[in-house]
Amino acid sequence: MIGFVLRRFLESIPVLLTVITVAFFLVRLAPGGPFDTEKRASPQVLKQLQAQYRLDQPLYRQYFDYLGGVLHGDFGPSFRKPGRTVSEWIALRFPVSLELGAYALLVALAAGMAAGLVAALRPNSALDHGTMSLAMLGICLPGFVLGPLLVLVFALWLGWLPVAGWSTPLHKILPSITLGAAYAAYIARLTRGGMLEVLAQDFIRTARAKGLSETRVVLRHALRGGVQPVVAFLGPAAAGLFTGSFVVETIFQVPGLGREFVESAFNRDYTMVIGSVLVYAVLVVALNLASDIALALLDPRVRAQ
Amino acid sequence: MGSMWGRHSCLPLRKRRAHRNVCPTLNASTMVGMRRLKTLADNNTEQGSSLRRDAWRRLKRNRLAMAGLIVLVLVGAAVVVGPWMVSHSYETQDTALGAAAPSTANWLGTDPLGRDLLSRMLYGGRVSLLVGLAATAVSLLIGVLYGATSGYLGGRMDAVMMRLVDILYALPFTVFVIILMVFFGRNFLFLFLAIGAVEWLTMARIVRSQVLTLRHREFVEAAVVMGLPMWRILLFHIIPNTLGPVIIYATLTVPRVMLLEAFLSFLGLGVQPPMSSWGLLIKDGVDTMEEYPWLLLFPSIAFSMTLFALNALGDGLRDALDPRTSRD
Repeated sequence: MIGFVLRRFLESIPVLLTVITVAFFLVRLAPGGPFDTEKRASPQVLKQLQAQYRLDQPLYRQYFDYLGGVLHGDFGPSFRKPGRTVSEWIALRFPVSLELGAYALLVALAAGMAAGLVAALRPNSALDHGTMSLAMLGICLPGFVLGPLLVLVFALWLGWLPVAGWSTPLHKILPSITLGAAYAAYIARLTRGGMLEVLAQDFIRTARAKGLSETRVVLRHALRGGVQPVVAFLGPAAAGLFTGSFVVETIFQVPGLGREFVESAFNRDYTMVIGSVLVYAVLVVALNLASDIALALLDPRVRAQ
Repeated sequence: MGSMWGRHSCLPLRKRRAHRNVCPTLNASTMVGMRRLKTLADNNTEQGSSLRRDAWRRLKRNRLAMAGLIVLVLVGAAVVVGPWMVSHSYETQDTALGAAAPSTANWLGTDPLGRDLLSRMLYGGRVSLLVGLAATAVSLLIGVLYGATSGYLGGRMDAVMMRLVDILYALPFTVFVIILMVFFGRNFLFLFLAIGAVEWLTMARIVRSQVLTLRHREFVEAAVVMGLPMWRILLFHIIPNTLGPVIIYATLTVPRVMLLEAFLSFLGLGVQPPMSSWGLLIKDGVDTMEEYPWLLLFPSIAFSMTLFALNALGDGLRDALDPRTSRD
């Protein structure tokens, strides 16, 4: 088990290196630079700015300097927002995205697994068809459709919840639901599929034959195998929750990293862009690793591989 | 939304085995001969049944999938011929009129510049569907060729090629697509190239696993013995036998690509005005939803309905072509 974790950990190093490298060269290859603003700076000022941010150095020097900095946790200064370093900006914005993502995940897991279980226990009933149609609908309502619709109904027409912002708990309801809904739909489908497969197996019949109560059969025996597809999905899904939050943070004006990333990409704030990309990459890799470990804990066959 | 619609999520978790129903020792050309025989057999009272006919029968029984198919045909027909049928152009402005609620003159109302929403939606649908199909085609091309080559070569080459796919899987792609679109201009061609290049990974994996099982079948060995070049074997003998799962996955890729396009357009990175796409219309609708809710509602309905139809059809096709993963 330790070997498994260690191997997966080592495997993530080239991934992260690829991310930094691709992001670094991609933003620099592109036409335009961070100082091409509306009012053109004089050549002297431009030169000084470039010297200050070491943009006048050869590209490979910049790259290795940056890599060295990253190893020390230093993502460099922000090009367009002087005064704070990229690390400080991330420390400011990221917790907000994390909080939003956590609520959304909670919504997705609670609603999705409950719906999936209900559907799996009565396959082909009206209840099953109903929940699964709802799940299909959830998949087809992306955040940028669902979010505005929710705002329209609950904030503008009914006036129950605030339109946008991120201060009181009331502000956090709509963004969390918007972000979590599609994942709830996927989780419902995966739970249903996984449970149906497990419930058809021999050991379930044995458990029933032993005279165990149906609750015990479902919750203790079937669920462990039935949630495996969900666990496998959670890694990529959780990662998607944070990238999906670009739109949600924009719609609800949440001061998170997603909005910051899109803004800094538009502003060609090189260091901010690469810094945020790196945060996302680490997140994706770490969450995938966590979901693999969880799978290995649930299923001995995965460990043996 | 990019990785939000996780690359893994549309796949059933076990391997697709639809091709098992095809007699594995037949290659594509003898299949044609078989089909001719089948037509002969149909004239007799004894009814034979081909994989395709079986699948079609199963699909017809699936009411949700058929509804999806009908909706898709209607939407497709509407966006292809619709723009010629409506009397308003998608870009003609009527600022005196401004944003008007739905009426007999403008069935779905107009936007703040007085442009007819119905014709903008028909044009936007054209763009959205075109991007969906074109980007899927790109991902199909790359994925099938890459996966088939990797699976056929096997050994170390296969290991290296699949390792690369693993690494690419772990990259936050939505982020990269955003960077690409911001930094390299919002070119229409570039848009679906970028999306297609992102979406080929799962396709490559599916095709590879198929090819691995096909590689040692007799008909491939026969082709090798006949001295055919590798590209011929791949193109005419192996790839046709992987088409079942490929079709299923392609159907499910289209809605994901359309989502990504709409997502980019929503952020202002996709299709640029005065062109329209459903993502762009939804974004415009959001900006004015308090005053003119219909500008948000109608494009949202059209977009979600099309996604729903595509997903329903894709699910139905999967059940029809691969009874083993069927829902009942």
